[in-house]
Amino acid sequence: MRRSIQGLAAAAVASTLLLAACGGNDNNGGGGGGGSAQPSTVKLGFMGDLTGENSGIVIPPFNGATMAVDEYNATNPTTKIQLIRYDSQAQPDQAASLAQQALKTDKIVGLIGPAFSGESQQVGPILEEGKIPSVSPSATNVTLGQKGWKYWHRILANDGVQGAGIAGYIVRALKAKKVFVVDDKQDYSKGLADVVDNTLKENGVTTQRDTVDQNGSDYSSTVNKIKAAAPDAIFYGGYYAQLGRLIKQLREGGVKARVLSGDGSLDTGLPKGAGGTNADGAVVGCPCNIDRTGVSSPASKKFADAYKTKFNTVPKIYSAEGYDAATAFIKAIEAGNTTPEKINQFLSTVDTPGVTKQIKFGPNGEPAGGEIYVYLFKGPDYTLLGNAKEAPAPPA
Amino acid sequence: MLHDFVDQFWPSTVDGISLGSIYALVALGYTMVYGVLRLINFAHSEVFMLGTVAVVYTVTEIGVSSPLSGISLIAMLVLLAVVGMVASAGTAVTLEYVAYRPLRKRGASRLAALISAIGASLFLQQLAALVIIPRLFHKPKEGGRLPVQSPNWVERKDVISIGDFVVRNDKLLIVVSAVLMMIALDQFVNRTKLGRGIRATAQDPETSVLMGVNIDRIVTATFLIGGAMAGVAAALYVMRFEETNFFVGFLLGIKAFTAAVLGGIGNLRGALVGGIVLGLIEMYGSALFGSEWQHVVAFSVLVLVLMFRPTGILGESLQQARV
Repeated sequence: MRRSIQGLAAAAVASTLLLAACGGNDNNGGGGGGGSAQPSTVKLGFMGDLTGENSGIVIPPFNGATMAVDEYNATNPTTKIQLIRYDSQAQPDQAASLAQQALKTDKIVGLIGPAFSGESQQVGPILEEGKIPSVSPSATNVTLGQKGWKYWHRILANDGVQGAGIAGYIVRALKAKKVFVVDDKQDYSKGLADVVDNTLKENGVTTQRDTVDQNGSDYSSTVNKIKAAAPDAIFYGGYYAQLGRLIKQLREGGVKARVLSGDGSLDTGLPKGAGGTNADGAVVGCPCNIDRTGVSSPASKKFADAYKTKFNTVPKIYSAEGYDAATAFIKAIEAGNTTPEKINQFLSTVDTPGVTKQIKFGPNGEPAGGEIYVYLFKGPDYTLLGNAKEAPAPPA
Repeated sequence: MLHDFVDQFWPSTVDGISLGSIYALVALGYTMVYGVLRLINFAHSEVFMLGTVAVVYTVTEIGVSSPLSGISLIAMLVLLAVVGMVASAGTAVTLEYVAYRPLRKRGASRLAALISAIGASLFLQQLAALVIIPRLFHKPKEGGRLPVQSPNWVERKDVISIGDFVVRNDKLLIVVSAVLMMIALDQFVNRTKLGRGIRATAQDPETSVLMGVNIDRIVTATFLIGGAMAGVAAALYVMRFEETNFFVGFLLGIKAFTAAVLGGIGNLRGALVGGIVLGLIEMYGSALFGSEWQHVVAFSVLVLVLMFRPTGILGESLQQARV
């Protein structure tokens, strides 16, 4: 027994040495290459939940970013980009240690991500201290933009803008007078529900509130309350798994009012969870522009076609945002900025057309423009209704 | 506030009793094992969870084309209850063999068995998320943590409707099935030879061994029956919600354990009373103060009850239960 452990240890040491030796050779080769006018390489990171339960909304932006980098590298630039993936599993602690690794070991010049708001709260200070610029394709929590971080950016509008956009749609298009607002008590959910609630009140709409338990399955007390209140519309801030459950129990309880929600519910898991045709007619807002066939602009058309060819699927949630986030870095590197500091300076002045919007950041890292789009669920999928400011009321 | 409560009184009552019936059935598993072994089987929530997975899988495989009602719904529910019983009782008995019996044989402390129970609970949760759910429902490995839905197989309609007092068929079925199972179990424990063995072991393990009771057999039977009751609860749960996930046992397990303590742990009838009282308190509490206060109200009442009746509402335990 002891002997075999020693053997193993020896093997491990040997392989480590071997690896170290390989690494050394590699480095030497790279250094030599740099001298002889070969293209140099800078490293960009992508961080998010790439294999966990929420990977469904992180893989699309990763694909978008990969596509942008591949397209750029295919033009044989003087400085190539290597995209490194950091799978945080949406765990803030894991994200923090990966950020240290990206900073110290991999020496990235910029980070696309982190994908979610929770991990962004942890990673933000680390990148700030290490002076590494980041652009998130999907983190929407309002407070991220209020921290005074100089190296942090995001490519899409925050929950404040989103909540106001959806509330505006409820008032303008649905003409609702009485709205029931539900959340699941989590940061994202409650934040979004609060904004919607307040905006509705400012517009003279009567609102009532209740919550559901994220881990619970019996929402009958909430259903009873909604039934007693008989609202014109129901807004749910939160994710699709809970909303599916809630819609199912609402419809079975005989509540027919239209249900609305935010980007956390924009997933085909919603109709599945709601069962049958219960989710038909649900309207979900999102600061993301999912233009599957490219009807909104020529750039969008080009993106959708290329995405389809490369990944054999239509663009999904945040695909184009991932592409745009990568484009922001690519423009910086194209302009000859290869150090984190210079790239960050470039990002503060960048002003270039992207797929979803003009890529331009305010001094706090928030995007200069940001539209909210509304989507309509029907059958197993959803379609774009339009910009929340002008989209028509969905068919009854 | 009071106005809301009055408005929602009857719906809350119906939902509270139907929810409480499921708590009661799961609570039986906690209460029986505690009565016999003085062990709180924290893995019982996962016994229930695996039952729901088996039931959802069966519904999916049978492939119900249109929602059922009337006799065909009851027949389907009986079939699913049997499936749930087999899956849950099988899990419970295996658990006893693997996680508790070896400890008991070596005379380990009760605390060791408790830790073993918590470990088994975590193990089964992750096993379901990483292996069982992805395999059964043909999902990629990372899909095991997402909820799985059964096809829509229950046609829900109101069977009783007097003003505000409206009872839906599925909610009625839950209550009726739970009460039937409780009566059957009560009769079993009080009237059969095996039931007498269970009571004897609960009362005094050493003496019952001297009297010729095979204690291992009794313990296996206890886990088997507790598991079977959780299996029935699983079938009723799936009828009500038509979905499950690897984590579904967690909250329900805590509630069922609370119901067992509230009614008087170790007491079979106490489990039923505790379950229904807890269900009602939760629903009334949410109607009064909002759903976010549901758990707060429920546990405050638990503390109050235990202050005045430390042994729970019915107090008496399995060892003293006599006909």
